[in-house]
Amino acid sequence: MAAPQESKFEDYVVRTRKLTKIYTMGGQALRALDDVDLDIKRGEYISIMGPSGSGKSTLFNMVGGLDKPTDGTVFINETDMAQLDAAELAWIRCRTVGYIFQTFNLIPVMTALENITLPMVFAGLSTDEQLERGRALLERVGLGDRLHHRPSELSGGQQQRVAIARALANDPDIILADEPTANLDLRTGKEIIELLREMNKERGVTVISATHDLHMIDISDRVVWVRDGRIEKIEERAQVDVEVGRVDWEEQHGAPT
Amino acid sequence: MSHGESWKVGKVHLPFRVALQISWRSIQVRFGRAMITAAGTCLGIAFLVTVWTSIALQRGLATEPDEAVAMRQSWLVIMSLLVSAVGISNSMFMAVTERYKEIGTMKCLGAVDRFVVELFLIESGMLGGVGAVIGGVVGFLIVVLFSIAKKQWSAVVGMDWAYMGSYFVLAILIGIGISVLAALLPATRAAKLPPAAALRSDV
Repeated sequence: MAAPQESKFEDYVVRTRKLTKIYTMGGQALRALDDVDLDIKRGEYISIMGPSGSGKSTLFNMVGGLDKPTDGTVFINETDMAQLDAAELAWIRCRTVGYIFQTFNLIPVMTALENITLPMVFAGLSTDEQLERGRALLERVGLGDRLHHRPSELSGGQQQRVAIARALANDPDIILADEPTANLDLRTGKEIIELLREMNKERGVTVISATHDLHMIDISDRVVWVRDGRIEKIEERAQVDVEVGRVDWEEQHGAPT
Repeated sequence: MSHGESWKVGKVHLPFRVALQISWRSIQVRFGRAMITAAGTCLGIAFLVTVWTSIALQRGLATEPDEAVAMRQSWLVIMSLLVSAVGISNSMFMAVTERYKEIGTMKCLGAVDRFVVELFLIESGMLGGVGAVIGGVVGFLIVVLFSIAKKQWSAVVGMDWAYMGSYFVLAILIGIGISVLAALLPATRAAKLPPAAALRSDV
Protein backbone atom coordinates (compact mmCIF):
# COMPACT_ATOMS: atom_id res chain seq x y z
CA MET A 1 0.00 0.00 0.00
CA ALA A 2 1.43 3.37 -1.00
CA ALA A 3 1.77 5.74 1.94
CA PRO A 4 -0.03 9.04 1.46
CA GLN A 5 2.13 12.13 1.39
CA GLU A 6 2.31 14.43 4.38
CA SER A 7 2.00 17.70 2.57
CA LYS A 8 -1.22 17.17 0.64
CA PHE A 9 -3.77 14.45 0.43
CA GLU A 10 -4.02 13.02 -3.05
CA ASP A 11 -5.73 15.24 -5.59
CA TYR A 12 -7.08 12.21 -7.33
CA VAL A 13 -9.43 10.12 -5.27
CA VAL A 14 -9.68 7.46 -8.01
CA ARG A 15 -7.15 6.61 -10.67
CA THR A 16 -7.22 3.77 -13.14
CA ARG A 17 -4.33 2.59 -15.29
CA LYS A 18 -4.76 0.30 -18.29
CA LEU A 19 -7.93 -1.01 -16.74
CA THR A 20 -9.17 -4.11 -18.55
CA LYS A 21 -11.99 -6.50 -17.83
CA ILE A 22 -12.61 -9.58 -19.91
CA TYR A 23 -15.60 -11.83 -19.45
CA THR A 24 -15.60 -15.30 -20.95
CA MET A 25 -19.04 -16.32 -22.05
CA GLY A 26 -19.60 -19.62 -23.75
CA GLY A 27 -16.01 -19.84 -24.86
CA GLN A 28 -15.95 -16.32 -26.24
CA ALA A 29 -13.93 -13.56 -24.61
CA LEU A 30 -15.83 -10.31 -24.20
CA ARG A 31 -13.74 -7.18 -23.59
CA ALA A 32 -16.05 -5.20 -21.34
CA LEU A 33 -13.27 -2.70 -20.59
CA ASP A 34 -10.25 -2.18 -22.77
CA ASP A 35 -7.18 -0.41 -21.46
CA VAL A 36 -8.96 2.43 -19.67
CA ASP A 37 -7.11 5.29 -17.99
CA LEU A 38 -9.23 7.59 -15.89
CA ASP A 39 -8.38 10.12 -13.18
CA ILE A 40 -11.11 11.46 -10.96
CA LYS A 41 -10.31 14.48 -8.82
CA ARG A 42 -11.33 14.77 -5.22
CA GLY A 43 -14.58 16.69 -4.88
CA GLU A 44 -15.62 16.27 -8.50
CA TYR A 45 -19.09 15.42 -9.68
CA ILE A 46 -18.63 12.97 -12.52
CA SER A 47 -21.23 11.29 -14.66
CA ILE A 48 -20.40 8.15 -16.59
CA MET A 49 -22.63 7.82 -19.60
CA GLY A 50 -23.01 5.28 -22.30
CA PRO A 51 -25.39 2.86 -23.94
CA SER A 52 -26.11 -0.62 -22.60
CA GLY A 53 -23.21 -2.94 -23.12
CA SER A 54 -20.76 -0.07 -23.45
CA GLY A 55 -18.79 -1.08 -20.38
CA LYS A 56 -20.23 1.77 -18.34
CA SER A 57 -21.44 -0.57 -15.59
CA THR A 58 -18.18 -2.48 -15.58
CA LEU A 59 -16.17 0.72 -15.22
CA PHE A 60 -18.53 1.80 -12.51
CA ASN A 61 -18.03 -1.47 -10.61
CA MET A 62 -14.27 -1.11 -10.87
CA VAL A 63 -13.96 2.42 -9.55
CA GLY A 64 -16.36 1.56 -6.76
CA GLY A 65 -14.43 -1.45 -5.52
CA LEU A 66 -17.25 -3.83 -6.38
CA ASP A 67 -15.30 -5.99 -8.78
CA LYS A 68 -11.72 -6.80 -9.66
CA PRO A 69 -10.17 -6.11 -13.06
CA THR A 70 -8.67 -8.78 -15.28
CA ASP A 71 -5.72 -6.50 -15.96
CA GLY A 72 -4.58 -3.02 -15.02
CA THR A 73 -4.98 -1.22 -11.72
CA VAL A 74 -7.52 0.80 -9.77
CA PHE A 75 -6.23 3.19 -7.12
CA ILE A 76 -8.61 4.55 -4.52
CA ASN A 77 -6.87 7.13 -2.34
CA GLU A 78 -3.64 5.94 -3.95
CA THR A 79 -4.26 2.44 -2.64
CA ASP A 80 -4.03 -0.38 -5.17
CA MET A 81 -7.31 -2.22 -4.77
CA ALA A 82 -5.82 -5.50 -5.95
CA GLN A 83 -3.48 -5.56 -2.95
CA LEU A 84 -6.34 -5.57 -0.46
CA ASP A 85 -7.78 -8.71 1.10
CA ALA A 86 -11.49 -9.30 1.62
CA ALA A 87 -11.63 -7.68 5.05
CA GLU A 88 -9.79 -4.57 3.84
CA LEU A 89 -12.06 -4.30 0.82
CA ALA A 90 -15.05 -4.47 3.14
CA TRP A 91 -13.55 -1.64 5.15
CA ILE A 92 -13.14 0.46 2.00
CA ARG A 93 -16.79 -0.13 1.11
CA CYS A 94 -17.77 0.75 4.63
CA ARG A 95 -15.74 3.92 5.12
CA THR A 96 -14.44 5.25 1.85
CA VAL A 97 -17.29 4.66 -0.57
CA GLY A 98 -21.01 5.23 -0.12
CA TYR A 99 -23.35 3.47 -2.54
CA ILE A 100 -26.66 4.58 -3.99
CA PHE A 101 -28.69 2.21 -6.10
CA GLN A 102 -31.37 2.47 -8.74
CA THR A 103 -33.67 0.31 -6.63
CA PHE A 104 -32.82 2.15 -3.38
CA ASN A 105 -31.88 -1.17 -1.70
CA LEU A 106 -32.91 -0.25 1.81
CA ILE A 107 -33.11 -3.20 4.22
CA PRO A 108 -36.86 -3.77 4.46
CA VAL A 109 -36.85 -5.05 8.05
CA MET A 110 -35.20 -1.88 9.37
CA THR A 111 -36.45 1.63 9.97
CA ALA A 112 -34.95 4.63 8.19
CA LEU A 113 -32.74 5.42 11.18
CA GLU A 114 -31.58 1.82 11.47
CA ASN A 115 -30.79 1.65 7.77
CA ILE A 116 -28.60 4.71 8.08
CA THR A 117 -26.82 3.54 11.21
CA LEU A 118 -26.02 0.06 9.88
CA PRO A 119 -22.80 1.17 8.14
CA MET A 120 -21.93 2.99 11.34
CA VAL A 121 -22.31 -0.28 13.24
CA PHE A 122 -19.85 -1.92 10.87
CA ALA A 123 -17.51 1.02 11.34
CA GLY A 124 -17.54 0.49 15.07
CA LEU A 125 -19.24 3.71 16.18
CA SER A 126 -20.87 3.77 19.63
CA THR A 127 -24.65 3.69 19.87
CA ASP A 128 -24.75 7.32 21.00
CA GLU A 129 -22.66 8.46 18.08
CA GLN A 130 -24.82 6.42 15.73
CA LEU A 131 -28.04 8.00 16.92
CA GLU A 132 -26.60 11.50 16.86
CA ARG A 133 -25.15 11.26 13.37
CA GLY A 134 -28.14 9.29 12.09
CA ARG A 135 -30.65 11.88 13.26
CA ALA A 136 -28.56 14.73 11.87
CA LEU A 137 -28.26 13.05 8.47
CA LEU A 138 -31.96 12.29 8.22
CA GLU A 139 -32.79 15.87 9.08
CA ARG A 140 -30.35 17.11 6.49
CA VAL A 141 -32.10 15.14 3.77
CA GLY A 142 -35.47 16.39 4.95
CA LEU A 143 -36.77 13.28 6.70
CA GLY A 144 -36.34 14.28 10.33
CA ASP A 145 -39.94 13.29 11.03
CA ARG A 146 -39.62 9.83 9.48
CA LEU A 147 -36.88 8.32 11.63
CA HIS A 148 -38.82 5.23 12.56
CA HIS A 149 -40.61 4.53 9.32
CA ARG A 150 -39.87 1.36 7.40
CA PRO A 151 -39.07 1.56 3.67
CA SER A 152 -42.54 0.24 2.88
CA GLU A 153 -43.96 3.36 4.52
CA LEU A 154 -41.85 5.71 2.41
CA SER A 155 -42.27 6.94 -1.15
CA GLY A 156 -39.61 6.25 -3.78
CA GLY A 157 -38.14 9.71 -3.43
CA GLN A 158 -38.05 9.42 0.34
CA GLN A 159 -36.39 6.03 0.14
CA GLN A 160 -33.70 7.44 -2.10
CA ARG A 161 -33.16 10.28 0.35
CA VAL A 162 -32.65 7.71 3.09
CA ALA A 163 -30.25 5.92 0.75
CA ILE A 164 -28.30 9.13 0.24
CA ALA A 165 -28.14 9.68 3.99
CA ARG A 166 -26.95 6.09 4.38
CA ALA A 167 -24.27 6.58 1.75
CA LEU A 168 -22.99 9.54 3.78
CA ALA A 169 -23.12 7.65 7.09
CA ASN A 170 -19.37 7.24 7.53
CA ASP A 171 -18.38 10.49 5.83
CA PRO A 172 -16.97 8.76 2.74
CA ASP A 173 -14.61 10.17 0.14
CA ILE A 174 -16.72 8.87 -2.72
CA ILE A 175 -20.39 8.44 -3.41
CA LEU A 176 -21.07 5.91 -6.10
CA ALA A 177 -24.55 6.32 -7.60
CA ASP A 178 -25.93 3.74 -10.03
CA GLU A 179 -28.81 5.23 -11.99
CA PRO A 180 -30.14 7.00 -8.88
CA THR A 181 -33.08 8.62 -10.64
CA ALA A 182 -34.13 5.83 -12.98
CA ASN A 183 -36.97 4.64 -10.73
CA LEU A 184 -38.24 8.12 -9.90
CA ASP A 185 -40.54 10.53 -11.67
CA LEU A 186 -39.10 13.62 -13.27
CA ARG A 187 -39.67 16.06 -10.43
CA THR A 188 -38.49 13.71 -7.68
CA GLY A 189 -35.49 12.80 -9.80
CA LYS A 190 -34.53 16.46 -10.06
CA GLU A 191 -34.83 16.85 -6.29
CA ILE A 192 -32.52 13.90 -5.76
CA ILE A 193 -29.97 15.24 -8.23
CA GLU A 194 -30.15 18.60 -6.48
CA LEU A 195 -29.59 16.94 -3.10
CA LEU A 196 -26.59 15.04 -4.43
CA ARG A 197 -25.13 18.25 -5.81
CA GLU A 198 -25.63 19.98 -2.45
CA MET A 199 -23.87 17.13 -0.64
CA ASN A 200 -21.08 17.30 -3.17
CA LYS A 201 -20.56 21.01 -2.55
CA GLU A 202 -21.14 20.98 1.22
CA ARG A 203 -19.00 18.03 2.15
CA GLY A 204 -16.55 17.89 -0.72
CA VAL A 205 -17.48 14.28 -1.36
CA THR A 206 -16.69 13.05 -4.87
CA VAL A 207 -19.80 11.87 -6.66
CA ILE A 208 -19.45 9.28 -9.41
CA SER A 209 -22.69 8.52 -11.12
CA ALA A 210 -23.57 6.05 -13.86
CA THR A 211 -26.65 7.39 -15.52
CA HIS A 212 -28.90 7.89 -18.50
CA ASP A 213 -30.47 10.97 -16.96
CA LEU A 214 -29.58 14.03 -18.98
CA HIS A 215 -30.46 16.30 -16.06
CA MET A 216 -27.46 14.83 -14.33
CA ILE A 217 -25.24 16.33 -17.00
CA ASP A 218 -26.35 19.83 -16.04
CA ILE A 219 -24.65 19.64 -12.69
CA SER A 220 -21.72 17.37 -13.47
CA ASP A 221 -18.25 18.84 -13.48
CA ARG A 222 -17.22 16.34 -16.10
CA VAL A 223 -18.99 13.75 -18.21
CA VAL A 224 -17.24 10.55 -19.24
CA TRP A 225 -18.71 8.97 -22.35
CA VAL A 226 -18.08 5.24 -22.61
CA ARG A 227 -18.52 3.12 -25.67
CA ASP A 228 -17.33 -0.39 -26.53
CA GLY A 229 -15.23 -0.68 -23.39
CA ARG A 230 -13.28 2.49 -24.02
CA ILE A 231 -13.62 6.09 -23.03
CA GLU A 232 -14.94 7.82 -26.08
CA LYS A 233 -14.53 11.31 -24.71
CA ILE A 234 -14.47 13.29 -21.49
CA GLU A 235 -16.24 16.61 -21.53
CA GLU A 236 -16.07 19.49 -19.12
CA ARG A 237 -19.49 20.80 -18.27
CA ALA A 238 -19.12 23.90 -20.40
CA GLN A 239 -18.43 21.79 -23.44
CA VAL A 240 -21.34 19.40 -23.09
CA ASP A 241 -23.58 19.60 -26.10
CA VAL A 242 -26.90 18.20 -24.99
CA GLU A 243 -29.50 17.86 -27.64
CA VAL A 244 -31.54 20.96 -27.11
CA GLY A 245 -34.69 19.50 -28.58
CA ARG A 246 -35.06 16.63 -26.14
CA VAL A 247 -34.30 18.39 -22.86
CA ASP A 248 -36.18 21.59 -23.60
CA TRP A 249 -39.24 19.68 -24.76
CA GLU A 250 -39.59 18.10 -21.33
CA GLU A 251 -39.13 21.43 -19.60
CA GLN A 252 -41.87 23.09 -21.64
CA HIS A 253 -44.34 20.30 -22.17
CA GLY A 254 -43.87 18.11 -19.12
CA ALA A 255 -42.52 14.59 -18.88
CA PRO A 256 -43.93 11.97 -21.23
CA THR A 257 -46.56 9.81 -19.48
CA MET B 1 -13.46 10.94 8.30
CA SER B 2 -10.02 12.50 8.52
CA HIS B 3 -7.86 12.31 5.45
CA GLY B 4 -4.20 12.34 4.67
CA GLU B 5 -1.83 11.15 7.32
CA SER B 6 -4.32 9.07 9.30
CA TRP B 7 -5.79 7.25 6.31
CA LYS B 8 -5.16 3.59 6.70
CA VAL B 9 -7.37 0.58 6.30
CA GLY B 10 -9.01 -0.81 9.47
CA LYS B 11 -11.49 -3.52 10.46
CA VAL B 12 -15.25 -3.86 10.30
CA HIS B 13 -17.38 -5.03 13.23
CA LEU B 14 -20.71 -6.71 13.85
CA PRO B 15 -21.52 -6.82 17.57
CA PHE B 16 -23.38 -10.01 18.52
CA ARG B 17 -26.22 -8.02 20.06
CA VAL B 18 -26.83 -6.29 16.72
CA ALA B 19 -26.61 -9.57 14.81
CA LEU B 20 -29.30 -10.99 17.10
CA GLN B 21 -31.47 -7.96 16.53
CA ILE B 22 -31.16 -8.11 12.74
CA SER B 23 -31.90 -11.85 12.68
CA TRP B 24 -34.91 -11.44 14.95
CA ARG B 25 -36.23 -8.65 12.74
CA SER B 26 -35.83 -10.80 9.64
CA ILE B 27 -38.01 -13.42 11.29
CA GLN B 28 -40.62 -10.87 12.37
CA VAL B 29 -40.99 -9.42 8.91
CA ARG B 30 -41.23 -12.75 7.10
CA PHE B 31 -43.26 -14.34 9.84
CA GLY B 32 -45.32 -16.74 7.76
CA ARG B 33 -42.33 -18.19 5.97
CA ALA B 34 -40.43 -18.35 9.26
CA MET B 35 -43.21 -20.33 10.89
CA ILE B 36 -43.18 -22.88 8.09
CA THR B 37 -39.44 -23.31 8.55
CA ALA B 38 -39.90 -23.66 12.29
CA ALA B 39 -42.69 -26.19 11.76
CA GLY B 40 -40.14 -28.62 10.37
CA THR B 41 -38.17 -28.59 13.59
CA CYS B 42 -41.38 -28.51 15.61
CA LEU B 43 -42.69 -31.76 14.16
CA GLY B 44 -39.36 -33.58 14.35
CA ILE B 45 -38.80 -32.60 17.97
CA ALA B 46 -42.43 -33.31 18.86
CA PHE B 47 -41.93 -36.87 17.69
CA LEU B 48 -38.64 -37.14 19.57
CA VAL B 49 -40.24 -35.91 22.78
CA THR B 50 -43.22 -38.29 22.47
CA VAL B 51 -40.76 -41.17 22.43
CA TRP B 52 -38.85 -39.85 25.41
CA THR B 53 -42.00 -39.03 27.38
CA SER B 54 -43.20 -42.60 26.87
CA ILE B 55 -39.90 -43.81 28.21
CA ALA B 56 -40.24 -41.49 31.21
CA LEU B 57 -43.67 -42.95 31.89
CA GLN B 58 -42.40 -46.50 31.64
CA ARG B 59 -39.50 -45.73 33.95
CA GLY B 60 -41.99 -44.31 36.44
CA LEU B 61 -43.90 -47.59 36.32
CA ALA B 62 -40.60 -49.45 36.63
CA THR B 63 -41.42 -51.22 33.39
CA GLU B 64 -38.64 -52.76 31.38
CA PRO B 65 -38.43 -50.98 28.01
CA ASP B 66 -38.86 -53.25 25.04
CA GLU B 67 -35.52 -53.41 23.17
CA ALA B 68 -37.00 -54.04 19.75
CA VAL B 69 -39.53 -51.25 20.11
CA ALA B 70 -36.81 -48.91 21.28
CA MET B 71 -34.66 -49.70 18.25
CA ARG B 72 -37.50 -49.13 15.82
CA GLN B 73 -38.47 -45.90 17.50
CA SER B 74 -34.88 -44.66 17.42
CA TRP B 75 -34.75 -45.35 13.70
CA LEU B 76 -38.01 -43.47 13.11
CA VAL B 77 -36.88 -40.52 15.20
CA ILE B 78 -33.60 -40.23 13.34
CA MET B 79 -35.38 -40.31 10.00
CA SER B 80 -37.89 -37.69 11.09
CA LEU B 81 -35.12 -35.39 12.28
CA LEU B 82 -33.33 -35.82 8.96
CA VAL B 83 -36.50 -34.89 7.12
CA SER B 84 -36.78 -31.79 9.30
CA ALA B 85 -33.18 -30.89 8.51
CA VAL B 86 -33.74 -31.23 4.78
CA GLY B 87 -36.82 -29.02 5.01
CA ILE B 88 -34.92 -26.35 6.91
CA SER B 89 -32.06 -26.47 4.41
CA ASN B 90 -34.48 -26.05 1.54
CA SER B 91 -36.20 -23.13 3.22
CA MET B 92 -32.92 -21.38 3.92
CA PHE B 93 -31.67 -21.90 0.36
CA MET B 94 -34.83 -20.22 -0.86
CA ALA B 95 -34.24 -17.36 1.55
CA VAL B 96 -30.75 -16.86 0.09
CA THR B 97 -32.14 -16.70 -3.42
CA GLU B 98 -34.77 -14.17 -2.40
CA ARG B 99 -32.42 -12.01 -0.41
CA TYR B 100 -29.53 -11.76 -2.86
CA LYS B 101 -30.02 -8.03 -3.18
CA GLU B 102 -30.13 -7.48 0.56
CA ILE B 103 -26.96 -9.51 1.01
CA GLY B 104 -25.18 -7.66 -1.79
CA THR B 105 -26.24 -4.36 -0.27
CA MET B 106 -24.94 -5.34 3.16
CA LYS B 107 -21.60 -6.11 1.58
CA CYS B 108 -21.59 -2.69 -0.02
CA LEU B 109 -22.13 -1.26 3.44
CA GLY B 110 -19.05 -3.11 4.65
CA ALA B 111 -20.17 -6.57 5.73
CA VAL B 112 -17.62 -9.36 5.35
CA ASP B 113 -18.59 -12.93 4.44
CA ARG B 114 -18.48 -14.00 8.07
CA PHE B 115 -21.23 -11.51 9.02
CA VAL B 116 -23.57 -12.99 6.43
CA VAL B 117 -22.95 -16.54 7.67
CA GLU B 118 -23.48 -15.40 11.23
CA LEU B 119 -26.81 -13.73 10.44
CA PHE B 120 -28.16 -16.79 8.64
CA LEU B 121 -27.05 -19.22 11.33
CA ILE B 122 -28.48 -17.09 14.12
CA GLU B 123 -31.79 -16.79 12.29
CA SER B 124 -31.98 -20.54 11.74
CA GLY B 125 -30.96 -21.23 15.33
CA MET B 126 -33.70 -18.92 16.59
CA LEU B 127 -36.31 -20.65 14.46
CA GLY B 128 -34.98 -24.00 15.62
CA GLY B 129 -35.27 -22.93 19.24
CA VAL B 130 -38.84 -21.69 18.86
CA GLY B 131 -39.87 -24.76 16.86
CA ALA B 132 -38.21 -27.13 19.29
CA VAL B 133 -39.84 -25.58 22.35
CA ILE B 134 -43.28 -25.68 20.78
CA GLY B 135 -42.67 -29.17 19.42
CA GLY B 136 -41.37 -30.38 22.76
CA VAL B 137 -44.41 -29.12 24.61
CA VAL B 138 -46.76 -30.58 21.98
CA GLY B 139 -44.99 -33.94 22.05
CA PHE B 140 -45.07 -34.06 25.82
CA LEU B 141 -48.74 -33.14 26.00
CA ILE B 142 -49.75 -35.73 23.39
CA VAL B 143 -48.35 -38.58 25.48
CA VAL B 144 -49.62 -37.19 28.77
CA LEU B 145 -53.14 -36.52 27.48
CA PHE B 146 -53.22 -39.98 25.94
CA SER B 147 -52.34 -41.52 29.29
CA ILE B 148 -54.96 -39.46 31.07
CA ALA B 149 -57.54 -40.55 28.52
CA LYS B 150 -56.64 -44.13 29.35
CA LYS B 151 -57.24 -43.23 33.01
CA GLN B 152 -53.59 -43.72 33.88
CA TRP B 153 -53.37 -40.52 35.91
CA SER B 154 -51.12 -42.05 38.56
CA ALA B 155 -48.67 -43.15 35.88
CA VAL B 156 -48.39 -39.56 34.70
CA VAL B 157 -47.83 -38.19 38.19
CA GLY B 158 -45.32 -40.92 38.96
CA MET B 159 -43.24 -40.55 35.82
CA ASP B 160 -39.50 -40.11 36.03
CA TRP B 161 -39.54 -36.29 36.10
CA ALA B 162 -35.79 -35.96 36.42
CA TYR B 163 -35.38 -38.00 33.25
CA MET B 164 -38.14 -36.01 31.57
CA GLY B 165 -36.67 -32.67 32.51
CA SER B 166 -33.15 -33.32 31.31
CA TYR B 167 -34.25 -35.02 28.10
CA PHE B 168 -36.63 -32.17 27.32
CA VAL B 169 -33.74 -29.74 27.51
CA LEU B 170 -31.69 -32.11 25.36
CA ALA B 171 -34.47 -32.17 22.79
CA ILE B 172 -34.43 -28.36 22.58
CA LEU B 173 -30.68 -28.36 22.10
CA ILE B 174 -30.97 -31.00 19.39
CA GLY B 175 -33.61 -28.89 17.66
CA ILE B 176 -31.38 -25.82 17.69
CA GLY B 177 -28.35 -27.86 16.67
CA ILE B 178 -30.07 -29.41 13.67
CA SER B 179 -31.39 -26.04 12.54
CA VAL B 180 -27.97 -24.45 12.67
CA LEU B 181 -26.31 -27.37 10.87
CA ALA B 182 -29.02 -27.45 8.22
CA ALA B 183 -28.44 -23.75 7.56
CA LEU B 184 -24.68 -24.14 7.17
CA LEU B 185 -24.61 -24.81 3.43
CA PRO B 186 -27.17 -22.12 2.56
CA ALA B 187 -25.32 -19.64 4.77
CA THR B 188 -21.99 -20.22 3.07
CA ARG B 189 -23.70 -19.90 -0.28
CA ALA B 190 -25.18 -16.58 0.81
CA ALA B 191 -21.81 -15.38 2.02
CA LYS B 192 -20.28 -15.92 -1.42
CA LEU B 193 -22.65 -13.50 -3.15
CA PRO B 194 -20.66 -10.54 -4.49
CA PRO B 195 -21.47 -6.95 -3.51
CA ALA B 196 -22.36 -6.32 -7.14
CA ALA B 197 -25.39 -8.55 -6.56
CA ALA B 198 -26.98 -5.41 -5.14
CA LEU B 199 -26.89 -3.90 -8.63
CA ARG B 200 -28.41 -6.78 -10.56
CA SER B 201 -32.00 -6.42 -11.63
CA ASP B 202 -32.63 -10.14 -11.65
CA VAL B 203 -31.14 -13.28 -10.11
